[in-house]
Amino acid sequence: MAFHLPEDYYYTKEHEWAQVDENIVTVGITEFAQDQLGEIVYVELPEEGQKISQNQSFGVIESVKAVSDLFSPVSGTVIEVNTSLSDDPSVLNDDPINEGWLVRIEMDSEKELANLMRSPEYKKLINEK
Amino acid sequence: MTNPQKTPLYEEHVKLNGRIVDFAGWSLPVQYVGVKEEHLNVRKNVGLFDVSHMGEIRFLGPKALESLEWMTTNSVSRLETGDAQYSLIPNEQGGLVDDIIIYCLQKNSDYLVCVNASNTEKDFQWFKSHNQGADIINQSSFWAQIAIQGPKASELCQRIFQANSIAPTCATMKPFTVKSAYFKEHPILIASTGYTGEKGVEIYIENSGASKLWQLLIESGQDLGVMPIGLGARDTLRVEMKYPLYGNEINDTMNPYAAGLGWVIKPDLKDFLGKNLLLEGKNKGLTQKLVGFKMIEKGIPRTGYSLFSFDNQEIGKVTSGTHSPSLDAPIGIGYVASRQSEIGTEIFVDIRGKKVKAVVCKTPFIER
Repeated sequence: MAFHLPEDYYYTKEHEWAQVDENIVTVGITEFAQDQLGEIVYVELPEEGQKISQNQSFGVIESVKAVSDLFSPVSGTVIEVNTSLSDDPSVLNDDPINEGWLVRIEMDSEKELANLMRSPEYKKLINEK
Repeated sequence: MTNPQKTPLYEEHVKLNGRIVDFAGWSLPVQYVGVKEEHLNVRKNVGLFDVSHMGEIRFLGPKALESLEWMTTNSVSRLETGDAQYSLIPNEQGGLVDDIIIYCLQKNSDYLVCVNASNTEKDFQWFKSHNQGADIINQSSFWAQIAIQGPKASELCQRIFQANSIAPTCATMKPFTVKSAYFKEHPILIASTGYTGEKGVEIYIENSGASKLWQLLIESGQDLGVMPIGLGARDTLRVEMKYPLYGNEINDTMNPYAAGLGWVIKPDLKDFLGKNLLLEGKNKGLTQKLVGFKMIEKGIPRTGYSLFSFDNQEIGKVTSGTHSPSLDAPIGIGYVASRQSEIGTEIFVDIRGKKVKAVVCKTPFIER
């Protein structure tokens, strides 16, 4: 199965993506992640204003079968939450890389981006699975 | 760990894009197209399950009945040839070795016991060490098993078995019965049992015939909407019915009366191994009871989460929980203190440190 991996996104080994626009980072899960999880039926996201750290859990998504933590690609402050997901989590299956964005974070330091993967590297990671 | 075993249908699962996982030492598909879609298809049409991992233990000879009667809780003597029965194997600590289905193939002298995959070896050893003179044979590596479940299951079976001119037809079988037959040259058992709450059968077939039967079922059932069903939906289907799963709702310490299984325990009809301890537990007054509950506030209960009363006392644990595809809502099964077990009692589930409100409800969770 071919997954769409936008080239301008950053990726985590836990299968989140990060799209960076100056110091604002939009975060979501990858198509690979949604495919592995199956039907997503529940989402728990942080509140606006909450501080989160790179690689730390900032929320939870649940499929019929399992609970998965969401890990933040960067450290910073949550400035916007996609609240529509709690009413219709299936958007995360249908369009995880656009409509299914989870949170927007005001990032503390650009330097952390160096810890993330770009699409060729991430593609390699999921092909090995 | 040794490598997981493959069922004779492994290649079929790969062909059908099943996502293979290691389950109880077996390589089996957790899903094909998706848990929800598969689940709903069993409720609406028909689904095929590879349950070849289940264990089969045969009791033969003049002491077969006596031995089974001694080691199980339900009345085996009541079974006539062709009857099936849900039963329990109690241990000597007041809990259970396993829950099982007994198929009476010949009254008094020939019974097939279907046991949980992960318990097969344990059960076999248990049976042998408490045997009352039966010939007990572990036939698990001989039998494959395909469950055909759903409102259109009998129509699908009808097609298969008419085409193969086999006398017994699934449509006319009463629930909990079994018939011996042949599929092509392969001996089979057709049993009207299952783990989904739907009408249907489970077909025991010798390994070498399993993929032929599976392929024929898939081909012949296309217009009925037949689908292969993975372990994921197998679990959500049984949770909606509140069917117990060994290791979750029942285990080696939990009293089966607390699990609501008193209907398969017949202490007035017979003696059996472990009887006194089961009754002692019951007569002391059961402190906990297995209930079903629905969520009032948002969240999905999962196995192991703690349950609390309205006044914040820990009263038990979730044994199984999921998002019910039929209801499109979260459901859970768990043990609660007996005084909190009435339908309508508000309880709380500790979900990642938050107390989320739920209510004890009637089960099965879905209308049957």
